[in-house]
Amino acid sequence: MATPPRELTQNPLKKIWMPCKNGLPEKHISQRKVCMTNCPTLIVTVGLPARGKTYISKKLTRYLNWIGVPTKEFNVGQYRRECVKIYKSFEFFRPDNEEGLKIRKHCAASALNDVRTYLSEGGQVAVFDATNTTRERRDTIMKFADLNGYKVFFVESVCDDPEVIASNIVQVKLGSPDYTDRNTDEAVEDFMKRIKCYENSYETLDEIKDRDLSYIKIMEVGSRYLVNRVLDHIQSRIVYYLMNIHIAPRSIYLCRHGESELNIKGRIGGDSGLSARGKLFAKFLGKFIQEQNIKDLKVWTSQMKRTIQTAEALGVPYEQWKALNEIDAGVCEEMMYEEIQDHYPLEFALRDQDKYRYRYPKGESYEDLVQRLEPVIMELERQENVLVICHQAVMRCLLAYFLDKTAEELPYLKCPLHTVLKLTPVAYGCKVESISLNVEAVNTHRDRPENVDVSRPPDEALLTVPAHQ
Amino acid sequence: MATDSWQEAGKTRKSHLRSCEKKSSWASYMTNSPTVIVMTGLPARGKTYMSKKLTRYLNWIGVPTKVFNLGAYRREAVKMYKSYDFFRHDNKEAMEIRKQCALVALEDVQAYLTEEGGQIAVFDATNTTRERRDLILSFAKENSYKVFFVESVCDDPDVIAANILEVKVSSPDYPERHRERVMDDFLKRIACYEVTYQPLDPDHDDKDLSFIKVINVGRRFLVNRVQDYIQSRIVYYLMNIHVHPRTIYLCRHGESQHNVLGKIGGDSELSARGKQFAHALREFIKQQKLADLKVWTSQLRRTIQTAEELGSPYEQWKILNEIDAGVCEEMTYEMIQDSYPEEFALRDQDKYHYRYPGGESYQDMVQRLEPVIMELERQGNVLVISHQAVMRCLLAYFLDKSADELPYLKCPLHTVLKLTPVAYGCKVETFYLNIEAVNTHRDRPPHRLGNACITRRSAAAVKKPWKLPPCSREEPRRGRTLAQRTNTQGDVCWMNFVCACV
Repeated sequence: MATPPRELTQNPLKKIWMPCKNGLPEKHISQRKVCMTNCPTLIVTVGLPARGKTYISKKLTRYLNWIGVPTKEFNVGQYRRECVKIYKSFEFFRPDNEEGLKIRKHCAASALNDVRTYLSEGGQVAVFDATNTTRERRDTIMKFADLNGYKVFFVESVCDDPEVIASNIVQVKLGSPDYTDRNTDEAVEDFMKRIKCYENSYETLDEIKDRDLSYIKIMEVGSRYLVNRVLDHIQSRIVYYLMNIHIAPRSIYLCRHGESELNIKGRIGGDSGLSARGKLFAKFLGKFIQEQNIKDLKVWTSQMKRTIQTAEALGVPYEQWKALNEIDAGVCEEMMYEEIQDHYPLEFALRDQDKYRYRYPKGESYEDLVQRLEPVIMELERQENVLVICHQAVMRCLLAYFLDKTAEELPYLKCPLHTVLKLTPVAYGCKVESISLNVEAVNTHRDRPENVDVSRPPDEALLTVPAHQ
Repeated sequence: MATDSWQEAGKTRKSHLRSCEKKSSWASYMTNSPTVIVMTGLPARGKTYMSKKLTRYLNWIGVPTKVFNLGAYRREAVKMYKSYDFFRHDNKEAMEIRKQCALVALEDVQAYLTEEGGQIAVFDATNTTRERRDLILSFAKENSYKVFFVESVCDDPDVIAANILEVKVSSPDYPERHRERVMDDFLKRIACYEVTYQPLDPDHDDKDLSFIKVINVGRRFLVNRVQDYIQSRIVYYLMNIHVHPRTIYLCRHGESQHNVLGKIGGDSELSARGKQFAHALREFIKQQKLADLKVWTSQLRRTIQTAEELGSPYEQWKILNEIDAGVCEEMTYEMIQDSYPEEFALRDQDKYHYRYPGGESYQDMVQRLEPVIMELERQGNVLVISHQAVMRCLLAYFLDKSADELPYLKCPLHTVLKLTPVAYGCKVETFYLNIEAVNTHRDRPPHRLGNACITRRSAAAVKKPWKLPPCSREEPRRGRTLAQRTNTQGDVCWMNFVCACV
């Protein structure tokens, strides 16, 4: 009865051992993924307008995609804008506006259809972003989820603080397509009336009536949470994430260590010290930080010499994170690209074919890096003003999280030496300012060459290698 | 003499670094002021269960934590427990005794947090009245401690009865262990508290306090005003644990070819005996007759080959990979002794904190494995096929072993450890599957080696231009300041903190 154990073969790109048949890998790769259930999840936002639902939806979607869970948000307001080309006034949202109700119901249904398409084509989580303030609407959604075998998780945002609501309106509603031709006062007045339309029929998630649902109720902009029936791993991660984010204004500064000795020689990895120019950068970074006059700035570095040396020059306390260490290039550590091409031409080509998933032999991939950096991102969310002094691959991963870059774009993001990126959350996204501290350095950015075939000649492989000593 | 002064410098630096080192685990640095976790709730609501589990978890991730159970203090003060009458709220004499006990316990909390290097104290008592909680809040304020309440609320009589049977029947209060009598007395004891119970009120009286209310054994949670990183971790942990019966099986991969050659690390295949073990493991699992079993492996060949034999689906986790021995990968201990005798000695000095050049330490592993532990808490029956160092770390979590003991836990090949949660702890059963294998366990050497070597190194470190960030109690505890050696050139040879920590 005992079938002989399957032979193992190592996937050349990701260096994962997989069972194979007749020399070919079996389809099923049992690798640990974040979302272990086959069951897609439908996240449903709940709450009056201007309670931060879209903010939460977009942020959550960005986070889940970054950690590798294919997620997409479906904003019913968008569907409504498609349908009703010109927004006239809050009257559209009056509960006695039959036509308005019909259109809105139709839009919700249309959005749910798109959810179904998305989740059946490889999506894992769909975020259904709408007010969903009545039990009736929520029941409709749950029936839909039940029919399709989706798990449902509600995220309700409750807020009674008029200042917060007013601030929300100013920050995101005024710039909405609905109010392009209104002045501020008119827009605010109309929006307040719009909120009123929902208030009477608002049925908040109830401890008794909704005790069998899975949900998190976020109250008072995150100072209090009610969490009910978390069913699985992904829901638990979502809850943890939502409990760690905040909206206090702050800035995150990302930069690399100063130019290192190995940088100059065109070698990757290793643990070398700063070059003379690198040291100058560190000094200028110190001055820059002082000039910015940042309140309570935390400084984080990796545990590699070059970032620590850079931080030392700032003359302020800093914290070292091993998780911020540069990507481990395994057998290719301290090699030049020319040497990698020489010794490991196959590896070099595979890397160019799929730089995100490619794992160096005995090393790491960008995909591994993201997993390693997740606690850093989580703590960055909790913190306020932070300066992170790290490395090229690490900075690309962090930047991709803040700027919502895909896995394909991530490994090619430009993170030059001696340049500080200042990220400031604004509305639904992140403003980026790039500040070059005017100290020359080598370029370490290698673009994807045209020819990524394993049989390519060396000169075509090395076409995009930046100049070095 | 020059060497004397160097030795002196080395010693002071050593002790300074050692005190920093103790506090500088990756999680530990995140907390600034010490925290008092205050359990709240009627008896038999799982407070002690949560206290002990939470304490175990926090200590494992490197945050020095200790439980102060008021019941134990009361048992000290009142040598023999007579009946539930002691707990009546109109029993003035008893009330006075109980208050005194609380004050003594708080004194001990203060000693632990202020003088003994503790970072978190878990005050495990009912704390059901606002008056008692205010007492604790004033105490904390005086000492600048943060306070985080963990309230357990449960109205399911089945759960309460089960709790009483599982842990109260065997309590020192009830030496005769007569079930019905215990149940009866205990339910009356609970009734005494119910009269004066003031649950945490998030809407009015307690809206400014930081707390989590655990409702009906984790079905629902109310979380209010989480202040910092450690509180957020505590909340996350409490939200992931459950009390459903289940079993965790830990074992290593079958004997590998490198094992046979005495080489550490690498990614070799199973030996013939290793394959036999995999087969025996399959039989063992079948005999266990489990309804649902998840199987986890690392991404190294030897664990995957072992899992393949089981014939059922398994999940590969990169973070379950064996400790990275850096430059010592695939060497035998003899080769390491030959090529890196100092490293070899350093490792024996402090195996937990020692990091291989270009590799990892046990301390790094614990950080790496934390998501595995968190997911294990969420799961039901799981078999984890991993490696020696990994298994030691996981076992240390379940069996509450210190950082000192962890690297020397015995995890032989071809042996399955079956862990079953029971009462406040974990029952372990060892199953040797009767397939011979080499022994890969290296005991703690009998005496510390190379003291001269240490002082030379310490002294060398003192001369290094690279400064360490200041590490004092006034400042927020800093991150791990473990320096990493450059492996070959040695143009700047940094100090590996291990040698300072002798």
